[in-house]
Amino acid sequence: MVEDSQEIIGDYQYGFHDPENSTIRFDKGLTEQVVRDISELKNEPEWMTDIRVKAYRHFVERVMPDWGNCSLLNMIDFENVTYFLRSSDKTEKSWDDVPDDIKNTFDRLGIPEAEQKWLGGVTAQYESEAVYHSIREDLEEQGVIFLDMDSGLKQYPEIVKKYFGTVVPHSDNKFSALNTAVWSGGSFLYIPKGVSVEMPVQAYFRINAKNMGQFERTLIIADEGSTVHYVEGCTAPNYSTDSLHSAVVELIAMKGAKIRYSTVQNWSSNVYNLVTKRAVAYQDAVVEWVDGNIGSKLTMKYPSVLLKGEGAHAEVISVAYAGEGQHQDTGAKVHHLASNTTSNILSKSISKGGGRSSYRGLLQVTPKSSGCRSKVVCDALILDEDSRSDTYPTMEIGNSSSDLEHEASVSKVSSDQLFYLMTRGFSEEEAMGLIVNGFFEPFTRELPMEYAVELNKLLELEMEGSIG
Amino acid sequence: MTEEILRVENLHVSVGDVPILKGLNLVINRGEIHAIMGRNGSGKSTLANVIMGHPSYEITDGHVFYRGQALEDLEVHERARAGMFLSFQYPASIPGVQVGTFLKKSVSSVRENPPKGREFRKELTAAMSQLSMDKSFLSRYVNDGFSGGEKKRLEILQLLLLQPHLALLDETDSGLDIDALRIVAEGINEVAPNSASLIITHYQRLLDLVQPHFVHAMIDGNIVHSGGPELALELEERGYDWLDNAA
Repeated sequence: MVEDSQEIIGDYQYGFHDPENSTIRFDKGLTEQVVRDISELKNEPEWMTDIRVKAYRHFVERVMPDWGNCSLLNMIDFENVTYFLRSSDKTEKSWDDVPDDIKNTFDRLGIPEAEQKWLGGVTAQYESEAVYHSIREDLEEQGVIFLDMDSGLKQYPEIVKKYFGTVVPHSDNKFSALNTAVWSGGSFLYIPKGVSVEMPVQAYFRINAKNMGQFERTLIIADEGSTVHYVEGCTAPNYSTDSLHSAVVELIAMKGAKIRYSTVQNWSSNVYNLVTKRAVAYQDAVVEWVDGNIGSKLTMKYPSVLLKGEGAHAEVISVAYAGEGQHQDTGAKVHHLASNTTSNILSKSISKGGGRSSYRGLLQVTPKSSGCRSKVVCDALILDEDSRSDTYPTMEIGNSSSDLEHEASVSKVSSDQLFYLMTRGFSEEEAMGLIVNGFFEPFTRELPMEYAVELNKLLELEMEGSIG
Repeated sequence: MTEEILRVENLHVSVGDVPILKGLNLVINRGEIHAIMGRNGSGKSTLANVIMGHPSYEITDGHVFYRGQALEDLEVHERARAGMFLSFQYPASIPGVQVGTFLKKSVSSVRENPPKGREFRKELTAAMSQLSMDKSFLSRYVNDGFSGGEKKRLEILQLLLLQPHLALLDETDSGLDIDALRIVAEGINEVAPNSASLIITHYQRLLDLVQPHFVHAMIDGNIVHSGGPELALELEERGYDWLDNAA
């Protein structure tokens, strides 16, 4: 199987898989009973069970989106997905207590090492639930709550009840309904008033089992004047059959708070990555989505910000790399719902080897939101004739006192650039890698350095064997 | 003892069906500085690009030998790694790639025993101060938004760092004011004694500062007249018309 999938996928470096040692595994397929069983197994309060069931019913009735990549979407076989898989009975606080095979996986991914060096807290999720969790004591002492979502619900039910589903309601779209019905794991992060978390906190999501569905749910609340940087990474093994990753992320930035949410998604190319990420920013708050999509079969993801308070600011910087057999349908949505709100959207995509990348964006300024400013820049780089890039920008501007800029460009690597770099000793592949890294640089410079280095290496690997 | 670095034999080159070089011959030994002068379109830049292996040109006849080896089968980057260097008239910009990163990577792929870490930084700092380049250059993107003079300095900085056996300098003097020209010339003069240099230029003024051993006049794809440094002065004064009959 490993050899087979290697042939299909190529040289994805996180494509290894471990034996599937589950303690609880649900049969494939989704029914209302499965939804109730998940809730019961987790010993959840009744209100959560009710939300799940309601969401499930909505999911069943809701039709598939008729945009994005319909043919790939319609190939998803919801009956062939495992909706819940518990691989460890507990969420451990020490790596030594995490089952060996799982710990080895995270070692190979470099998570414990990164944690020691530069992170304020880590959650590691394997299949459906967190297997490891830690937070630095000093953050805990300041009242920062960083838990996996299941523990968050257990320990802080009133906060979860107050905010869960307020930013992304279950009825938002088919996949937010699915997530709400079967969610498991994800992060719960609360930053108290005025607390500034200097070191990033990280969540790492790993799918190991075949035909797995991972449905993490993340809720981040930054109270007034607080600051936090949350980082997530994701990988999965190469299989010739598909897995489904459908997360919901809700961010709430109170007055004057700042949340930066950075993602480097590097799923193997058998993973459907259908994620709803949305934030609310109140007065003078800042929300930044730094969103990198390198892997997956199909990604549909449009990080959004609702600018609800005057002076709030949204920043969405995203990159997408679509290689062979991949479609990255990504973008950003910003809703200017209050006056004097500002936003910047920078989207960069690369298509190669027949891959397809699409930018899909929405910029809305309501009639009453005066004096808003926004700048949208979309750059696409196409590396060969077989590849494709499209842009679908939508702008709904309700008043004339707002100032909006939109720039878009599509380019190819020029032969002058290649020749120049080759005269400086770079092989054609290395030259390509350098140009591609340079193209993504406005994104990578926003990442913590360790991530930036990793991402650059990843892209260089992607460029290997790319020259005919 | 002379060491031959470059030998061009009866070189014929075309772009598409259009012949550009028509049977050109040239030999450059280590330590020699050759200057090629000629009008626009005479094929000077083509010669430099072909020696370096530019894919747009087709060699229809003749050969180029570098240190005794025929170059036909070597890819561009292999030529660079073998110690050949081309300074561009219009170097391409590489947005998002910082000069510092670029230089470090380039030096480690080209030089045989590349300096590492502190040693590299030391060498880099020295070369940059020699060329009156500010440190802030290193964090800028390669040639992106550079003025003409800045581009040329970066080219010469690479010449100093890469220490080639063969330096092809294509219109390195164009667009430089007199101070910049002097700095660039110092850079060339530093490298020249240990390598073979081919300077392509329109003007005499660089040759006042970099004394060539040989000057060649190029007309319509061939060298029609060769001489010492005095030929450069003569060409500057008289133009090329008096040579047209020779072509």
